[in-house]
Amino acid sequence: MTENTFTLDAKIPQGPIQEHWNTHKFDTKLVNPANKRKYKIIIIGTGLAGASAAATLGELGYDVEVFTYHDSARRAHSIAAQGGINAAKNYANDGDSIFRLFYDTVKGGDFRSRESNVYRLAQVSNEIIDQSVAQGVPYAREYGGLLDNRSFGGAQVSRTFYARGQTGQQLLLGAYQALARQIELGAVTFHTRAEMLDVVLKDGRAVGVVIRDLVTGEITPHSAHVVMLATGGYSNVYFLSTNAMACNGTAAWRAHRKGAFFANPSFTQIHPTCIPASDEHQSKLTLMSESLRNDGRIWVPLKAGDDRAPRDIPEDERDYYLERQYPAFGNLAPRDIASRAAMRMIEDDKGIGPLKNGVYLDFEDAIDRLGKAKIEERYGNLFEMYERITDEDPYTSPMRIFAAPHYTMGGLWVDYNLMTTVPGLYALGEANFSDHGANRLGASALMQGVADGYFIIPYTVGEYLADWLNIDPVPTDDHVFAEAVDEVNQRTERFLSINGSRSVDDFHRELGKIMIEHVGLARDREGLERAIAEIRSVREEFWKDLKVLGTSDSLNQSLERAGRVADFFEIAELMAIDALSREESCGGHFRLEHQTEDGEARRDDENYAYVAAWEWKGENWPQTLHKEQLEFEYVALSQRNYK
Amino acid sequence: MDFSLKVWRQDSPDAPGGFKTYQAKNISPEASFLEMLDDVNEHLNTIGEEPIAFDDDCREGICGMCGVMVNGHPHGPQDGTATCQLHMRKFSDGDSITIEPWRAAGMPVVRDLIVDRSPLDRIIEAGGYISVNTGAAPDANVIAIPKEAAEASMDAASCIGCAACIAACPNSAANLFTAAKIGHLSLLPQGQPERWTRVIAMVETMEEYFGSCTNHGECESACPKNISIDFIAMMNRDYVKAQFKNFAKIGQ
Repeated sequence: MTENTFTLDAKIPQGPIQEHWNTHKFDTKLVNPANKRKYKIIIIGTGLAGASAAATLGELGYDVEVFTYHDSARRAHSIAAQGGINAAKNYANDGDSIFRLFYDTVKGGDFRSRESNVYRLAQVSNEIIDQSVAQGVPYAREYGGLLDNRSFGGAQVSRTFYARGQTGQQLLLGAYQALARQIELGAVTFHTRAEMLDVVLKDGRAVGVVIRDLVTGEITPHSAHVVMLATGGYSNVYFLSTNAMACNGTAAWRAHRKGAFFANPSFTQIHPTCIPASDEHQSKLTLMSESLRNDGRIWVPLKAGDDRAPRDIPEDERDYYLERQYPAFGNLAPRDIASRAAMRMIEDDKGIGPLKNGVYLDFEDAIDRLGKAKIEERYGNLFEMYERITDEDPYTSPMRIFAAPHYTMGGLWVDYNLMTTVPGLYALGEANFSDHGANRLGASALMQGVADGYFIIPYTVGEYLADWLNIDPVPTDDHVFAEAVDEVNQRTERFLSINGSRSVDDFHRELGKIMIEHVGLARDREGLERAIAEIRSVREEFWKDLKVLGTSDSLNQSLERAGRVADFFEIAELMAIDALSREESCGGHFRLEHQTEDGEARRDDENYAYVAAWEWKGENWPQTLHKEQLEFEYVALSQRNYK
Repeated sequence: MDFSLKVWRQDSPDAPGGFKTYQAKNISPEASFLEMLDDVNEHLNTIGEEPIAFDDDCREGICGMCGVMVNGHPHGPQDGTATCQLHMRKFSDGDSITIEPWRAAGMPVVRDLIVDRSPLDRIIEAGGYISVNTGAAPDANVIAIPKEAAEASMDAASCIGCAACIAACPNSAANLFTAAKIGHLSLLPQGQPERWTRVIAMVETMEEYFGSCTNHGECESACPKNISIDFIAMMNRDYVKAQFKNFAKIGQ
């Protein structure tokens, strides 16, 4: 690893933070409506960020082309977000404001995010609710017909809007419908079952992408004035995560290899309320929305090794450890804190369930207080999902939950305009690193995804585009495209020609185990060094002993996965390198060497109040670290205290 | 647990397909149906036979990507459950299980258990939205919506677009899917301005690809989200009414 003193320019506007976004919108170059159709924009991914960006840019008149590897824009994993979306409406009259949402998010992120970006996010949060209601998102309502709110972790106000436990689904359907309208109007060209396998650069600028048609296997170049990646996070590096099976880091990683810096790769979120793994063959973990912590109480038996059924354990022999340790926030402590607290309980042999790998989330008190019908109305579909998976009824016995990889705060480094370090290449939503610091608060991912897509990129892209008026995109017969297509073809054929003995999933599972053990909830120098060595050796093995059957000119799911897992190996190594270089604990990054006496994260603001942005320097892994120093003018740096 | 599987294999849309028999051995009762298929695929990869292609993604029953016919039932025997949420404990040790792709002329097989559901997107593109550009929305609380209406709209909006309703229908009709989207929007005040044009455009696009509804009700029982066929009745009523509306005078 080498370090570089080159300063990254985040393009943060000057003046008071409340004015940054307005000033910036005014200062940004505009594109005249009649000229917009002359600009070609490629968008990869149709989750909340991608679909909302595509719809909005289409409405504005740009020539938009969209690619998704799914069979429809409605499938992206944003659809699985359950609990809700935050906004600073203060409809609950409990003292919320834009500033408070901003403050909570910066603090919740353990002071490792950019103040200016977060403030903007809080500002546009209210417009998101207006927009989605107008689109027909059926949010929960009070009897008077106005919108209902609930609380989420890391906040002491009720600012979360929700549609049962399916908020992500409803927001994504809203964005998908808006996108469908633009497709019908001819403003957006849409490709399904099409996976991006490389970004194409010319003279240092992004000029297009290489796409593989997943049905025919055909590999084709596509050119544009700008490329936007809205391709989600890389939690599947752990193999078992709450992400969908196909979620992957390939688009972001390919961009990284072409020069886009990758920021804070080790900042991953291990979500505290997921259904614990039941056996070796499990393919994924399922999240149980954090909103359940509004009414559920988390506990373990007071006595280590207690094997009794939960209902046989009397009240005074239970430890409601979150309520005990964090009385001010109780069961709604932020995710990183709740996950580590559960981990400590399990380490103390207080884990519950057949594999002793969970803690209880109990609704008994809430059902007594509010009645079963109310709980069913609030969480019915989540309880049903739990019942399907575990065959247990959470209305009568407590849920078993534990932490699972869920979200990645790290991602491609972007400036205030959401542009990466490659001119013309943008990253939106979870694919970028920008707003959540070292820990994301619940109900903030939906907020950020749609904020980027509906309200930020449509303005900020003008700044770059204005310089390219009347200049056509680089034609796809240019040599840069031919070379990129060639490279992708060679890589694809390489997977098929190894002809070893082990399947892609087998390697992926092995990588996941290394990652969860050493680069998971708790990390230390020794473990991280071992992880790097192990990742390298398994990666070498992967390229020697992989077995992918079939051909490249047909639908071949093993081949698709091989490419994604190959990239996961590289992302994994960078995550470990980043975790090793950050000698402090903050948010989801917990270094055992750096903790307070009572086991809380100990930050080192003197030395580590920066964004670690890594530059790819070639196959031998001399990754270069660039630091974007973070300034905190509005939220005082402090030890997070949820007690 | 051990199972004997009869699985539809088909290399490409135009290639002839057929059933092949596979043994699934030592499957945990805790495994989901798709994890059982993962296991079979691992084995096939080991012995040099290309794995069975099937669509799936979230494995939480919300993305709508998965879905196969299990012994003739869309998504299998468990009520209100997508294939990914079905677990092997619902079967008995030694069972024979027949696994087929959705069958409907409007959704041709792409490979093995994967079908082309793009006509569903065409139906949405025909009018399954509220025409509101980004930035044009009034404050979210300006229009109060009765709680009951919002809840009923949400019941319809829970549709995951998996197409089980079409696979279940003897006529391969897409009425439940289409009615769910129409119901979602027409129950809300925001959906009123385009209510009548929407229903005509969506129903007519639906009929380009799919058969007609003759009220069998198979769709409702196959729906993993338990969406009610009442929405079909609402759609039909709106469709008929819309024929008599003078669009120029709506709202007067």
